[in-house]
Amino acid sequence: MSESTIQIALVLPDLLGTYGDFGNAVVLEKRMTWRGIKAEIVPINYGQPVPDSCDIYVVGGGEDTAQTLAVKHLREHPGLQRAVTKNAVVLGVCAGIQIFGESFTRADNVTHPGMGLIDSSSHAGGSRAIGEVVAEPINGLFAGPLIGFENHQGRTTLGPAARPLAHVKVGTGNDGSVEGAVQGRIVCTYLHGPVLPRNPALADMLIEWATGTKVAPIDLPAVTSMRAERVRAAS
Amino acid sequence: MNDSPARLPLRTAAAVKLGNLSSTLSQKMGLGAGGMIGGRVALKLDPQALGRLTQGRRVAVVTGTNGKTTSTMMLARAVGALGEVATNHSGANMPDGHVTALSKQPDAPYAVLECDEAYFPAVAGASNPSVAVILNLSRDQLDRVGEVRTIERSLRDAVNKLQNCTVIANCDDVMVTSAAWNASKVVWVATGTGWHHDSASCPRCGNPIRWQGEHWHCTGCDLSRPHPNWITADEAMITPEHQKLELRLTLPGKFNQANAVMAAAAAHAMGVPADEAVRRLRGVSNVSGRYRTIQRGGRSARLLLSKNPAGWSETLTVVKEANHPAVLVINAQEADGRDLSWLWDVPFERLQGRTVIASGERATDLAVRLTYAEVQHTIVPDPLKAIDQMPQGAVEVIANYTAFRDLNARAAADE
Repeated sequence: MSESTIQIALVLPDLLGTYGDFGNAVVLEKRMTWRGIKAEIVPINYGQPVPDSCDIYVVGGGEDTAQTLAVKHLREHPGLQRAVTKNAVVLGVCAGIQIFGESFTRADNVTHPGMGLIDSSSHAGGSRAIGEVVAEPINGLFAGPLIGFENHQGRTTLGPAARPLAHVKVGTGNDGSVEGAVQGRIVCTYLHGPVLPRNPALADMLIEWATGTKVAPIDLPAVTSMRAERVRAAS
Repeated sequence: MNDSPARLPLRTAAAVKLGNLSSTLSQKMGLGAGGMIGGRVALKLDPQALGRLTQGRRVAVVTGTNGKTTSTMMLARAVGALGEVATNHSGANMPDGHVTALSKQPDAPYAVLECDEAYFPAVAGASNPSVAVILNLSRDQLDRVGEVRTIERSLRDAVNKLQNCTVIANCDDVMVTSAAWNASKVVWVATGTGWHHDSASCPRCGNPIRWQGEHWHCTGCDLSRPHPNWITADEAMITPEHQKLELRLTLPGKFNQANAVMAAAAAHAMGVPADEAVRRLRGVSNVSGRYRTIQRGGRSARLLLSKNPAGWSETLTVVKEANHPAVLVINAQEADGRDLSWLWDVPFERLQGRTVIASGERATDLAVRLTYAEVQHTIVPDPLKAIDQMPQGAVEVIANYTAFRDLNARAAADE
């Protein structure tokens, strides 16, 4: 594969694709292609080895059994972990924040080891958090607000090496006060499924990290109106 | 077999009378079609109403993610060969809808009930069905109904508890097969339906499912595609006696052929000969307004309902045949599911090059999806205005649940 093509690994879409997670890879690919940056999506299915040579890894959400299976696969084929040491950009959505951490404890009180990529641990919360989320990115990391839909039982506590992604204004996120995690070039969020279609500035931040160059904004009127509508509806 | 339903206990009879009265009032006052309110009142007055109202009748319960209303209508038509059938026609598929339908036809010896997946255990438990039809299971309204595997487990537990019930199950659907696997009597139907995105891993043991053509098996346990008793062939079906019957349906699409074969197998289990079942269900043409065509200023707009990724994927295949302009209508009310993430699981890329209008209460969310699918479009939130902006001729209108319901009601009022 030529050096100049940015490869977006869509990690285990057959297991971790419950909520339209494909959308995140599509948005990254289109926003690069439209700017003349060569990009392609590389789906990595269950049973296949995980390459360590991709530039961006997108990991989605899954149901409990699928999530357990995914972690097992990713620990047996540690391409993603190797890629992280080589500075790859990683987006972990919903289940991502749980499986990337040191451990996650399910509602049945069984604790599973995570991948140890971010300094966090997750446990089951008392109630399921379902609904629209509005949050403000911390330290102006990207243009906010961060918006999306959450549907999760887990709650996440971050250790000192990880920073939260945003302060929660509406919704629950990690714990009712902060949402997501950033550690090195790994970004995690509880905003499930298509979080990048809703947040083009977050998508562009990942693209800038991966390409090492600044990109100019793209004006998409539908995205602007949709964001305004969602913020209005949530507040 | 009983020829007439058992006499109702006084309490149920009174509850049903009051319930029917509120249905009539609700209709007279223009509050609704009366499909549910009557049942709601009767259930409040007598929580066992559903069990009492089904006593002595031969009951079939139809559930699954997609095709419930159509299959129920087809099955009710077919079972009509045996006698009067009580059925919940208008998609009111929760227990209050069942009570309403049953109390309107107290003497019908047969009942064919469409049932929401989440209510199947309660309804099957109360109504002691002789036939249970499980059409398919795929992702739908994750925020309301829950994840597919949770639904599969609850159907499995419910089906295993049923005595003297024949389960009609789609063996091309891994989730349905798992749900029916241990049932005491199963009739397997090969439907040829194609949504496999929710079954990469086994619902029973978590190991990968391997597909080889139409065959599939779990790599970790004994779950595998059973040998089908009924087979959906191209525009035809093959019966357990190896007889080939032409379907010649009025309704379009492969998924309606699947619905028809499931209904025919269920009717057969209730005692209707296969050829007579097909002859009867073939005539189903307008399912609560679905597939009907409305005329507006030189435009013939065909109304299609699609509620989830598997449904949209099938409908996009149906509209592919002709390159007609398309109006896509999306709402996200409670009954639709508030979460629109599923729009990203629908292959809208197939509409590239067509004239498309994004419509509905959530037209802008759809517009974002179409933008990234590189489908040229405009946004007109009102679906009737959207139809009026299309060129004259044939127009396809695809809408999700509440969008379809509202559009259908407005279109009917205009006619």
